[in-house]
Amino acid sequence: MRRVGWTTRLSLGALGVLALGALMVPELAPTDPRTIGDVLERRLVPPFGYDSTGGWHLLGTDKFGRDIFVRMMLAARLSLLVGIAGSLLAGSVGIALGAMAAWSGGVTDRVTMALADALLAIPRLVLLLVCAALWNPGTTTVVAVLVFTGWMGVARLVRADVLGARAAPYVEAAVALGAPGRRVLWRHVLPNALGSAVVAITLGVGSAILLESGLSFLGLGVQPPQPSWGNMIADGRDLIVIAPWVALAPGLAIIGTVLCCTLLGDALRDTLSGERPVTIGERA
Amino acid sequence: MRIFARRLGVAFLLLWLVLTITFALVRLAPGDAATLLVPPSASAADAARLRAELGLDAPLVVQYARWIGGALRGDLGESYVHARPVAAVLADALPLSLGLGLASLALTFIFGVLVGMVQALRRGRPSDLVLTVATTTMYAAPSFWLALALVAVFTYGAARWGFPPALRLPAFGVRDPAATAGGLAAFMDVVRHAILPVATLALVGAAGVARYARSAVADVLSALWVRAAAAKGVARRRIYFRHVLANAMPPLIVLLALSVPGILAGSVFVESVFAWPGMGRVMLSAIASRDYPVVLGATALYAALVIGANLIADLVLPLLDPRRRA
Repeated sequence: MRRVGWTTRLSLGALGVLALGALMVPELAPTDPRTIGDVLERRLVPPFGYDSTGGWHLLGTDKFGRDIFVRMMLAARLSLLVGIAGSLLAGSVGIALGAMAAWSGGVTDRVTMALADALLAIPRLVLLLVCAALWNPGTTTVVAVLVFTGWMGVARLVRADVLGARAAPYVEAAVALGAPGRRVLWRHVLPNALGSAVVAITLGVGSAILLESGLSFLGLGVQPPQPSWGNMIADGRDLIVIAPWVALAPGLAIIGTVLCCTLLGDALRDTLSGERPVTIGERA
Repeated sequence: MRIFARRLGVAFLLLWLVLTITFALVRLAPGDAATLLVPPSASAADAARLRAELGLDAPLVVQYARWIGGALRGDLGESYVHARPVAAVLADALPLSLGLGLASLALTFIFGVLVGMVQALRRGRPSDLVLTVATTTMYAAPSFWLALALVAVFTYGAARWGFPPALRLPAFGVRDPAATAGGLAAFMDVVRHAILPVATLALVGAAGVARYARSAVADVLSALWVRAAAAKGVARRRIYFRHVLANAMPPLIVLLALSVPGILAGSVFVESVFAWPGMGRVMLSAIASRDYPVVLGATALYAALVIGANLIADLVLPLLDPRRRA
């Protein structure tokens, strides 16, 4: 058993606290963070301030008088969900297509890899914009588009690893013992070819959160009144002079969350494999 | 030469695939350009007439053949919104984006490699830890938020806290709207407007490059020939540049090509925040107004830039690494 590093423990702890807060805070909050109450009494209260009805706001309020901390926690549900679902689904599609390409070879392999190369040649954000903007914007679209634009990297990694594992002596042994092809692939080849894919998926969570926030910032992702860190920053964009905290808090939340995901991915990579897959993912 | 021709052929094939995929994506999406383009008071017949005029009533296959045929001859069609050729719209925007992109790519690379190299040489020391924390944090920051933060400090904050004039930077557009000067003064005006957008892109980019460069240089540092050179008494500086950097260069050049799409994508946000009228803004407004020809043309241009960067990296690599010369 390898000792777990302090960065891993710190990131896991931080993400755990965030997830807990995302689940609890909006439920316990005295007001619904989506609805707009008495705007004039509550708007633009600075952090740690009281509004004129006596309510205390940890991170202040936005221009409609909604509590930023509660909205941020509600947004965290969405960001975490979109990030994890987007990366995990994209990774699964990538694993399936990569393994299929390597295992069947021939035309399947060529077509899959040509498609992957072509999609990789378009900057991911441009591809995301084209897809997200032309379909109806919304959370489901964001996840679907993240999957459609995110599977290629993992597919390439898995394809290379399956090809490598396929030549290993234990596969030859399994085949010689009469194991059917499907069993060889599932039991012997795939478990040995998933290391770099797992790392890529973990690092992909951070990218997916960043891309979602970017789309929402441009108004093409999560739609108001549903808060998302990206559209909260967009709300604060015109207020950076008079109320900088509106954009500051969600930005710091994104940085912290993505940082934790990156640290976890790095730790996983150091544990699982000596070799490093390319770490330049596309960011927002 | 034969290898070069082959690579070029593959690149064109890839570009054709990209064009086909983009065409399919754009045209299979719900929503009709003609109904968006006609005035709200127009009748269904007006919309139908416009649709016929734009060629949108033809079967998809015919439209695809027309568009690909035109693109092969360098004709990307005419913008629905601007009523100008798409090529002209893109030609106006491209130099602005390219200027922004190349400046930030150069800074990204120089600072990223320097920081990564310093980290690798001081691996495990406090300075390495501080730089790791800094680069990983910067790598996690969304570029649009960083852009807003820089505007808050260097535009609004600078005025409020009385920064020296050199640090009061403009946040919007390419030129001062009141500026009439030409020549050097005009150029300096553009440079001042470019400082914040370039800084945003370079900060995020350099952080990613540094993360990668650190491990690339560390790999080379542990090689036996480095130890041999040190044992022979070769000067430290000479080891770092002649032995270490020379061997770390090939992966870093690949990285340079890989970071081109990131810089291009980042420029979409940065151009949006800083009102920089480049490709990103063209793309965003074309998507909003369903200006299909411009969306298709801009995507094709983005893809061509990425494919071109990869092609150049492929050709430069053998020059840097004799082992890759077949």
